[in-house]
Amino acid sequence: MNNKLTQKLASGHSTCAGCGIPAIVRTVLAATDDPVVVINATGCLEVTTTLYPYSAWKVPYIHSAFENAAATAAGVETAYNALKKKGKIKKKINFVVFAGDGGTYDIGLQALSGMLERGHNVLFVAYDNQGYMNTGGQRSGATPLGANMETTPTGKFSFGNELPRKDIMEIVKAHHIPYLAQANVAYIEDLRMKAHKAFAIDGAKFLLVMQPCTNVWKFPTSQYVNVGKLATETNFWPLYEIENGKYNLNLEIKNPKPIEEFLKTQKRFKHLLKLENKEIIKNIQQDVNEKWEALLRKVQLSHLSELNR
Amino acid sequence: MQNKKYKIQNKQKKAFTGGAATAEALRQINPDVMPVYPITPQTPIVEAFAKMKADGKVDTEIVTVESEHSAISMAVGASAAGARTVTATSSQGLALMNEILYIASGMRLPITMIISSRALSAPINIHGDHSDVMGARDTGWIQLFCEDVQEVYDNTLIGMKLAEKTELPVMVIMDGFITSHSVEVLEILSDKSVKKFIGEFKPDRNLLDIKNPLTFGPLGLPDSYFEFKIDQEDAIVEAKKKYLEITKEFKKFSGRSYDLFEKYQTDDAEYIVIVAGSTAGTGKNVVDKLRKKGQKVGLLKIKLFRPFPYEEISRSLRKSKSVAVLDRALSFGSVPPLYSEIVNALHSSSATCDLSSYVYGLGGRDIFNANIEKVFTDLINGKIHKKTEYLNANK
Repeated sequence: MNNKLTQKLASGHSTCAGCGIPAIVRTVLAATDDPVVVINATGCLEVTTTLYPYSAWKVPYIHSAFENAAATAAGVETAYNALKKKGKIKKKINFVVFAGDGGTYDIGLQALSGMLERGHNVLFVAYDNQGYMNTGGQRSGATPLGANMETTPTGKFSFGNELPRKDIMEIVKAHHIPYLAQANVAYIEDLRMKAHKAFAIDGAKFLLVMQPCTNVWKFPTSQYVNVGKLATETNFWPLYEIENGKYNLNLEIKNPKPIEEFLKTQKRFKHLLKLENKEIIKNIQQDVNEKWEALLRKVQLSHLSELNR
Repeated sequence: MQNKKYKIQNKQKKAFTGGAATAEALRQINPDVMPVYPITPQTPIVEAFAKMKADGKVDTEIVTVESEHSAISMAVGASAAGARTVTATSSQGLALMNEILYIASGMRLPITMIISSRALSAPINIHGDHSDVMGARDTGWIQLFCEDVQEVYDNTLIGMKLAEKTELPVMVIMDGFITSHSVEVLEILSDKSVKKFIGEFKPDRNLLDIKNPLTFGPLGLPDSYFEFKIDQEDAIVEAKKKYLEITKEFKKFSGRSYDLFEKYQTDDAEYIVIVAGSTAGTGKNVVDKLRKKGQKVGLLKIKLFRPFPYEEISRSLRKSKSVAVLDRALSFGSVPPLYSEIVNALHSSSATCDLSSYVYGLGGRDIFNANIEKVFTDLINGKIHKKTEYLNANK
């Protein structure tokens, strides 16, 4: 394996075949030359990299609980500030949180909000696999409408998850942090650029990274990049960033594909392709279109105000 | 002679509430990090400390977090990163922290937490009892009870040193309102003495040690988890010895000596009341009164509740005829917590005294001299209760 990539997270961890979480971690951590300390929420990444007496981490690492990664990170960063002020530490150190969507959108939301509000100099990276995958694939606030999950199974009276995804980007944005971005592990260069940018900014930063889960989304491991790409090519997962309140689109899809192209690659949506669920697909498509247009308006508005200045 | 020298140079009398006394001790310590979240009756502690920061008397990083859960989570992060870390809470706040209390002790982090103990909901009640701290008695934290403002001050210093020597978190417990909000005269040490007693915090494991990267909080499966827990148990049992070493050293600075528990007129006592917290003060008054009447009564005051000094306590009860245990908390469906410990202590000893259980003061209900006198009268008259009695309750 590429020596540079495994400098901070070694090979030999036990993530599933075809899991993109290590690629996200390595890409983010490779985007800085300064030392890093990793703070991890309970989840797939934590259980697969820290099985005692082994650790895949070649950088300092702490895991406390599921919902408190942001608060733990705030503590580590505050300790750093206190010790630096007293001359006990001199080096610049970066602090990076990795949490899944459960540890970000749901159980971790309060601690995340506190960390963002107070502006701790921490980069919070959410790998969003759209559900509680470490516990076997239950619905989370990030699960898309219609997905067949363990706690929202399909059946005679159910088409799967009935709730739309929580808009975590807008929730985070409302804390007025200097930088947040939506990325996708299938677009690794874009992710690298965003991590690099985030590390250069003082204050709280947030990256939301799409992480297709082969196990629960149910697609062959060989299709990992394709599935990720289709999420963006259908405008379901646009690549954009918000810098000092200004929206910027990182990739404009000229001819967006219909959402069906993304849905049909995964067995979690298989039932939606049946004739009786045609209406649901229509609704999903409409939702994608509306959200895309809303985003586009925010991007245009951001650039319009630049022109007026 | 050394002691005399310290006494002359290093002591000062002040009038403080329990909250202000602990804040004063913390000012002298000047810890690195203090996450704070308000809850009655703890709030005066963090308010007093925040004012000290605002006036430039300390340079502690105070962080106003969004919940007690985040306060203790932040403390875990800060302590793992090598910062001397303190927080404070009460009641629901301590209950909300519960999950992370186990993580703090499991990671062997020397966090000091000041507790102004208070009843738990429902019904909601802001007054003092021991329900909150008794609910946290099995979380792996050392627990130190305080009778008065002087002990609050002293135990803040002793507790922090004990945490750092044992690599275990410590709760310093005062009774909500009764001790936290009452003004008493106490003796404080000079800043210099405190600095000397507390010393520099130099943890041997540190998350910010970039050159020696460590993994904190790994996954321990059935092949390793068990041994981690045994190590933790050994460490907290060992804390008893370290507590005594530290209090011995503390005596050199303060002249005040602290044992694992306090024996008040117990040496020849036939009838003993056991109690923790501020009610010990009331109990001592009653002992004095009854002693004047020639009754052989005494009081045993709990200080170190975790680790619990079983053998030492049972040795002190050997000569007594009967003992009453006063609890300020219930253990629903079981026997009250302190009583349960005393039963355990006696079970494995040669002491043959009779034992009664009383519960008092829940939700801040007053306890008077007369109530404790009644307990002693019961003991003297051989009235031993098989079932827990409620003092000053309409039941």
